[in-house]
This record gives sequence, structure tokens and C-alpha cells, in this order.
Amino acid sequence: MNTKNIFPKIIVSWLLIFSLLPAIMLVGISLLTPDISSMVHLPVTFSHYKNLIDPLFFRIAVRSFFLAGLTTFFCLLLAYPFAFFILNISHKSLVIILILIPFWTSSLIRTYAMVDLLKWHGTINNILLKLHLISTPLSLLYSNYAVLTGLVYNLLPFMILPIYNGMQSIDQKCIDAARDLGATRLQIFVKVFWPQSQKGVINGVLMVLLPAMTLFYIPNILGGAKSILIGNLIQNEFIFLNNWPQGAATSTFLSIILVIFFGISQSKGMKN
Amino acid sequence: MLKKLVKNTYISAIILFLYFPLFLLVYLSFNDAQYSNQWHQFSLQWFKELFNDKQLIDSLVNSLILAFFSSLIATFNSVIATTLLVLQRSHKLLQKFLLIPSFLIILPDLILGVGFLIILNVLNIPFGFISLLIAHITFCMPFIIFSIIAKIKLFNRNYYLASLDLGASKFYTWRKVIMPILSPAIISAFFLGFTLSFDDVIISYFVAGPEFNILPLTIFGMIRNGATPELNALCTMTLLFSLILIIIAQYKLRKS
Repeated sequence: MNTKNIFPKIIVSWLLIFSLLPAIMLVGISLLTPDISSMVHLPVTFSHYKNLIDPLFFRIAVRSFFLAGLTTFFCLLLAYPFAFFILNISHKSLVIILILIPFWTSSLIRTYAMVDLLKWHGTINNILLKLHLISTPLSLLYSNYAVLTGLVYNLLPFMILPIYNGMQSIDQKCIDAARDLGATRLQIFVKVFWPQSQKGVINGVLMVLLPAMTLFYIPNILGGAKSILIGNLIQNEFIFLNNWPQGAATSTFLSIILVIFFGISQSKGMKN
Repeated sequence: MLKKLVKNTYISAIILFLYFPLFLLVYLSFNDAQYSNQWHQFSLQWFKELFNDKQLIDSLVNSLILAFFSSLIATFNSVIATTLLVLQRSHKLLQKFLLIPSFLIILPDLILGVGFLIILNVLNIPFGFISLLIAHITFCMPFIIFSIIAKIKLFNRNYYLASLDLGASKFYTWRKVIMPILSPAIISAFFLGFTLSFDDVIISYFVAGPEFNILPLTIFGMIRNGATPELNALCTMTLLFSLILIIIAQYKLRKS
């Protein structure tokens, strides 16, 4: 036994006890029966997984994937050209700092800022009314659109930074070589630049897609009764309904989806 | 020329998208109106209420204490463990060590939070400062490890060996050779951990107790109870604070 490795061993066992062990217990709990006093008890049952096939749950799951997918799509649509454009401007580091500053304000406050923007007498409605584009205020808040806007707003920097990092590591020589060999701008982008920037895109998608389903406070603040996502479901099952096994089953389901996504992205990354 | 215009307009538009909502809050924080977004009159009323809100100030102090200690403990352990492993120059051992942290980085906060709820109940740890500290140390650690590992890998092992050859004790070498060289990386890792801990909503939501209120959860409660413009004032203060920090950091960078 060598004393050198005591610190690494402490860290590894700490992480095992407080993160991996609970993840395993989560799967175990999902198979037990809910109980009011001790949270769970025997017998073992699969009924909580059966509940996941229920149409009500299914609708929430589909909505979650759809909204998370849309969030990822819009973030990518906004972030890719942005990262591309700042690649060779003179005030690069200033722009990066500007992207990072909003991180330092609480993400709750940033979400709350959306309320001021979207509410009945909010800024957007006021502007539209002043411009006589609408005659009565639009009800923008407490809808899936509001949740989508809030998610894109909160997660956009998480898409920009990995894509930018990926683009930065592209060798300028490759692009110069392609140009020397007579490739057009479009050809350079499609055949040289895009393939090499893909790794950053994959990282960005991972950083946005998974949180978009689990940031339960954004639908809590901006969404209406029809904006419940998987994250809210897990929150409700654990905190308000005290139905741990059902919450654990939903969490396990989410984790399986996550592992699948991660597997796909890793195998794509390997190919490049 | 036109291309440059398109480029700059696009960059500005995205930055405006990120900042407009925040500036709106700053603007409203000086407005003497409770519900409306219309400009009434300049007033510092919301700042006064902010500074007199004992619950909010208490939770701010609690959050600062929590973020400081969880980041300090997580950084201290991560730096020593990672440096020890890098000094051994065993690629395999390092790879093994990084396996769990790299998995934890992609695990969503929600799953981690639910996991903490379960393990803290099983171990019978009361919900409050200690439970939050345990949770925050755990979720910060992987990010801290990955933020410092690249810098630690660049550390020239010969300095360490030379110091030992010249008769310095291991502890003295750590204090006088390793720490000074790594200090910029350690400081930035500490701040990363601090920000992560200070900002966390999801994990804290599951592990906080009624006695130890922290800022994000207090803000969450305020928003859900129909927010007051106090929050706008809080946003103004945070932005001002970040601005000061950035100016100091830039100034230090220029100097060195």
C-alpha cells in the first residue's frame, strides 16, 4: 500500500459514495413500493416502469424531447455563425468575456428577466402596441414558447463556447492548402471546415440537449400548466408527491436516454 | 465591406439578445413602480428594500460561506490528488482516476440532486449546511479537476526532483515550488468552483434544509410568490459586482 495515492483514493471513494452509489440506489428504489413513513418498502414491483408507458407520461416525454430538440436546434442555428464570425475579428477576447458575464448573474434572475420581457404588460407587448402592430396584448408568458425562449436564452453560451473552441483548433494551413489547390469558398467550408468543426458541435449539443430536459425551474417560472417537462415530473414525484419509486423510475428512464445520446455522440466523435 | 457589416451586425445582435433582458432589469430597478414596465420616476426605493431585506441578506451570506468552503475543499483535494498522479507519470493511473469525474460532468444536475436526496436520507445526515457542503463539494470537484489537469500536466517534473535533490522536504517542495508555479491555475479553478456552487439551483433544491437558506433558493421562492422589483435591484448589484471584478482582473493581467 503506497501512501502517495491516498489523496486520489479519497477523492475516488468520495465520488463513489456520494454520486455513483446513489445512482445505483436510484435503480434499486425504482423497483420498490412507495411508503409514507419510510419512503420505500418491499415488495419488488415493476409497476413504476409500467406507468411510464401511460399515455399521460408519454405525452410529457415527447414534449420534453421535442422542446429540448428545438432548443438545441435554435442554439446551434444562432451559435454556429456567431462562433464562425468571431473567429477572426480583432476584439475576440472582449466578445468572449461578454459571452461569459451573464454566467455570473444567477440563472434564476436571467429567467426572471424573461418574465418582464414577455408578460401581459411587458416590454415586448408595449413595443408592439406602440408600433400599432397589435391592438390587444399577446399572451406570451406561461406558454411553451416562453419556455423555449427561456431555455435558448439560458443555454446559448453553452453552445457557443464548445463550438468556438472546436473551430479555434482547426489548422489554418488546411484551409490555405485547400484554397491553393483551387477549392471555392463553399467547397472549403463543406469539405474542410465543417468536418473539423463537428467535434465542437457535438460537445455543444451534449451541453444543451440534456440540461434542456432537466432545468425544471425554467418551466416552473415561464411555463403554464401544459409546460411540464420530464425534469418537473421528477421534481414533483420526489418533493411534492413523496413517491420516490416513481421518481426513481423516471430518473432511470432519463439516465438511459442520456447514456444512449452519449454513446451516439462518442461513436460519431470517434469516426471523425 | 458588406460582408464585414453583416458580420458585425450579427455579432452585435447576439450580444444584444444576451444583454437586453439584463439591461431591462437594471432599468426597471431604478423605476418607482411595482408592477408596470412603464417609466414612472427615478427612485432608489428597491435598493433600500433590498438592503433591508434580512432574509435575502442572510441567504446571500450563507451562499457566500457555502461557496467559499465547498470550492476551497474541492480545489485543495483536487489539486493535491491530480498533482500526485501527474508526478508519478503513470498515464494508466491518471486515466483510471479521471473515469468517474468525466462521467459525472455529463450527468445532469437533476439526477445528481435526486441521488443526494437518497444517500443523505440513507446515511441519516440532517438537511442543512453539512448536506449542502457535501453535495456542492461533490458536484464541483469534477469540473475543478478538469479545469486544472491541463495546466498540471504542463508542470515540469524536474523542478520537483531538483528541489528534492537539493534536500528540501516534500512539504517544503509543495509549498515553495509546486504551489507557486500552479497558483494561477489553482486560483481560476477555485473561482470556477465558487461560481458553480454559488449559482446552483437544482442540486441545492433537493438537499437544502429549512434552517440554512441560500440565495438561489430564496430567489426561486420570491419569483414563485410573484416577484418584487427588489430582484431587479439585486440583478443590478450582481452586474455591477461582476464588472468591478472584471476590471480588476484585466488590470492585474495588464500589470503582469
